[in-house]
Amino acid sequence: MSTKTIAGVNVDVTEDGYLTDASQWTKEIAKEIAKEEGIELTDKHFEVLEYVRNKVAAGEGLTIRGIGKSGVVNAKTFYQLFPGAPLKKATKIAGVPKPVSCI
Amino acid sequence: MDTKEKKQPLKKILLICSKANLEDVYAALVMANGAVMEGIETKVFFTFFGLDAITKKRMNHLHTATVGNPGMRMPGGLPFPTWLGGIPGVEAGVTSMMKKEMDKLDMPPVDEFLELIEAGGGEIYACKLAADMFKLKKEDFHETVKDIITVGDLYAMCDGDGTQIVFT
Repeated sequence: MSTKTIAGVNVDVTEDGYLTDASQWTKEIAKEIAKEEGIELTDKHFEVLEYVRNKVAAGEGLTIRGIGKSGVVNAKTFYQLFPGAPLKKATKIAGVPKPVSCI
Repeated sequence: MDTKEKKQPLKKILLICSKANLEDVYAALVMANGAVMEGIETKVFFTFFGLDAITKKRMNHLHTATVGNPGMRMPGGLPFPTWLGGIPGVEAGVTSMMKKEMDKLDMPPVDEFLELIEAGGGEIYACKLAADMFKLKKEDFHETVKDIITVGDLYAMCDGDGTQIVFT
């Protein structure tokens, strides 16, 4: 674990760059992490991030299937919003732990 | 020899599924979906009995073998006798139990799994030779099946550094 300054705020992050304390997250931090991942956040992105944060706060597991059925986005749009590795990128930008799901 | 050889990340994976057992098909699907999730270019090639997994009228009715499967166990962990597996209805019962357990882990049915892989940019192919042999046409296959291709077409897709082929 180390400390990193993102958007002018000191936050604790893992060596992969995931926030260790979800309460330190702000929209500005999200924008900054997204930029590092090459993503410009839109309102749609924030809707997904909110869903992801709520799920994690409720202690529920995250899967791409689950997000695709959430009614917020379908799986295809989710892949388009966070290209490459969507679950990893979305959780990183949402300031929640890296998911451990295989599916 | 240079010992500081640079690590080459996996960029493209091609999975070949040749069997129709529930667990063999899911092994291929889980690996394919997992690769797509990691942003790895993914192609899945179904051949021989594996074609069942992409054939519309069979894909959601795959079974797990209860005969000739030494890995089978009774619910308590005792060995599963081969003669028991041969009794009518046992295979269906075991399969239904497997599906229930898989559903608990949020593993989707075969058609939905293929759709997830496609949604992430993964590509699904059927083997031409096997399709000819089983007299199956494009319309018999699920809509996620991109094309029916030859072995030569398959190898032509495996170009580039960081490509791996896995046979399940």
